[in-house]
Amino acid sequence: MIRIAVGEGSCGIAAGAGKVYDKLASLLPEDMRPGVTGCIGMCFLEPIVDVYEDGKLRRYVKVDEAGAEKIASAVTTGDFEAARSLEILPEDEEFLSKQTRIALRNCGVIDPTDIQSYIDAGGYSAITKILKEGVTPEEVIETVKVSGLAGRGGAGFPTWFKWNAARASKGEKKYLICNADEGDPGAFMDRAVLESDPHDLLEGMLIGAYAIGADEAVIYVRAEYPLAIVRLTEAIKQAEERNLAGDRILGSDFSCRFRIKAGAGAFVCGEETALIESLEGKRGMPRLKPPFPAAAGYWQKPSNINNVETYANVAWIINNGGEAFAAMGTETSRGTKVFALTGKIKKGGLVEIPMGKTLRDVIFGIGGGIKSGRDFKAVQMGGPSGGCIPADLLDTVIDYKKLSATGAIMGSGGMVVMDSSTCMVGMAKFFLDFTAKESCGKCVHCRIGTKRMQEILTRIVEGKGREGDVELLEELCSAIKDGALCGLGQTAPNPVLTTIKYFRDEYDAHIREKRCPAHECAALLKYSIDADACRGCTACARNCPAGAITGTVKQPHVIDPEKCIRCGMCKTVCRFGAVKVD
Amino acid sequence: MCSCNGKPSDLSLLDGVLAEYASVDGSLITILQKAQEIYGYLPTDVLYRIAEATGQTPAKVLGVATFYTQFRFRPVGKYLILLCQGTACHVNGSERIADAVYETIGIRDGETTEDGLFTLTHVACLGCCSLSPVMMINGSTYGSLTPAKVKEILTSLARSDKEEA
Ligand SMILES: Cc1cc2nc3c(=O)[nH]c(=O)nc-3n(C[C@H](O)[C@H](O)[C@H](O)COP(=O)(O)O)c2cc1C
Ligand code: FES
Repeated sequence: MIRIAVGEGSCGIAAGAGKVYDKLASLLPEDMRPGVTGCIGMCFLEPIVDVYEDGKLRRYVKVDEAGAEKIASAVTTGDFEAARSLEILPEDEEFLSKQTRIALRNCGVIDPTDIQSYIDAGGYSAITKILKEGVTPEEVIETVKVSGLAGRGGAGFPTWFKWNAARASKGEKKYLICNADEGDPGAFMDRAVLESDPHDLLEGMLIGAYAIGADEAVIYVRAEYPLAIVRLTEAIKQAEERNLAGDRILGSDFSCRFRIKAGAGAFVCGEETALIESLEGKRGMPRLKPPFPAAAGYWQKPSNINNVETYANVAWIINNGGEAFAAMGTETSRGTKVFALTGKIKKGGLVEIPMGKTLRDVIFGIGGGIKSGRDFKAVQMGGPSGGCIPADLLDTVIDYKKLSATGAIMGSGGMVVMDSSTCMVGMAKFFLDFTAKESCGKCVHCRIGTKRMQEILTRIVEGKGREGDVELLEELCSAIKDGALCGLGQTAPNPVLTTIKYFRDEYDAHIREKRCPAHECAALLKYSIDADACRGCTACARNCPAGAITGTVKQPHVIDPEKCIRCGMCKTVCRFGAVKVD
Repeated sequence: MCSCNGKPSDLSLLDGVLAEYASVDGSLITILQKAQEIYGYLPTDVLYRIAEATGQTPAKVLGVATFYTQFRFRPVGKYLILLCQGTACHVNGSERIADAVYETIGIRDGETTEDGLFTLTHVACLGCCSLSPVMMINGSTYGSLTPAKVKEILTSLARSDKEEA
């Protein structure tokens, strides 16, 4: 038996998986029609085609249409030698073999469009066990407590505690909500689960709904994830057809109806109370807490809200026991965590590892280090709420407490790696641009404070920074931390504080010497031509959009700094490496 | 917030959506999304119609619509370019991509080309970070962009559009 699966997550499709699929489908006989699978997380190797022959897997990577032809002929003739060059290299296989997958266990393995594929992989056995064997909600909550599962959406709050509070809240009507807003730019763990294993999310939510006593479950998905919405809608329909969702599930007294709400593009709606406001059709502005959602959430009814990855662990925990999950990780952080490894990394993708590994294990051990051969400079974790961790803290252990001690946070799992060509002041400005734009405007400290910080950072990167600006930033940071109502404002200073803490010299270089050590801030670059290296080919002068370069053929050229707009065109077109940037 | 071309919108197109959602609590955002699917943007008279049908003030409806970046109040071009400015894309040079779009079709964030072919919108993250820098045009994602690749994609879209016409 031969089974062929093309990886069709959003990133696979973007890399050309659709064309590869069509090509395979057109070449293969009817009984070998290719199937689809989700995202295996090896984004650096997309598009990926898996060929299973009697359980043995051959994985082909970076497949284009010509590659698809080779694979099709290998499969039909049984002569796999011809497609050998497309097979994954052993050192790339390590990217997966070094991981421990729980939340992602089915991603890129099963067919996300077919409920049977999930069931064959052991899916829906946890909720079946609970309903058929009469496991009580309290016992479910106890198992989750033993597991030590904490919220994967960023704050790391113990999941059992929230479930217990929602269960204890008085009221007939309760809601269970899934936060699939995944707003941290640079993170896509939740997207992978939504697209590649939607039934695992549904099963986790069913168990949560059963535990707190909810009969309605809502998934709030961000608008930028159209494929996720398609796959979830399909999954819900299939689950309903099998009586695994809807009324009287599997003949029991437990009912749970699912609904999807598409977000409309507002980062702050990832904050749980803002998300609830948005679900109610209002402007997504955070509420004052308490009351917490567990007491008065959606329509003021007791509600529990968890992140996608949090729910994605639940079915596994019920099947394998809380102890098995708790056996992984550290004293204060149990189980595994998924990270989205991106930026200047050699092997970008999704990495799930037990807590307690170091940042170095992930970035160098699995991610293969820096792509360009430059030096590692920092890793950004936690997005706009997090911070930049420098090279000398690479041995920091992945654990909620240990990461917070650096000034960054675990966050939802975004890990953006930067090398020596990334300007850290520019990075801080990037995040303040983001938070200033996304602040909902409810509180003054966040609305105006982030704006002032953004202005100061802008003038620093433009070479107009003043002595005392760093101190002013620090003062603003502490005022905003104290004065903001929700997490967006309270954590907005983190990117600034961590870059000041670890990269103060870069701030000083910008302010005092009007120099960007990473050569990234355009306004501070000085272009010049090395007269010894210049052959006088005139390419730079002909391509300069500002007419800033003069010189005669075969003679060294010169750049007029007054006219230069620092676009870098001359450096791009020079074949002799004669253009220097300082 | 004008209807731009001055012509009134065909409000009957909304009837189905309003019949389904107008009386369901909390559906305002869903209604706005469906309306935008129908008209391509949210014309003023459509907003008034939604306010009337849902029993909310026009100010409240506009307040919600302007809060979310997804909603537009002007017509969009045939091709809607969502250009990612998320962290991973930023680190991998998305600013240069924005410049390349500007050099090719002369528009910046929020603008539409005069021929009505392209609209450019910056977004925070498309979730394809490992292929950064990334953009999405009418639902198709393009990854690992370079300025040259952007120029090629946009000119070929413009060309195929001319050939169609
Ligand atoms: C500004 C802001 C944005 C947030 N964005 C998200 C998000 O995109 N996804 C998410 O799951 N949690 C997000 N959170 C955290 C949620 O408020 C909440 O803690 C989480 O959904 C709870 O689920 P968990 O306990 O399973 O982590 C955000 C918080 C803040 C303050
Ligand atoms: S940062 Fe651009 S796709 Fe995520």
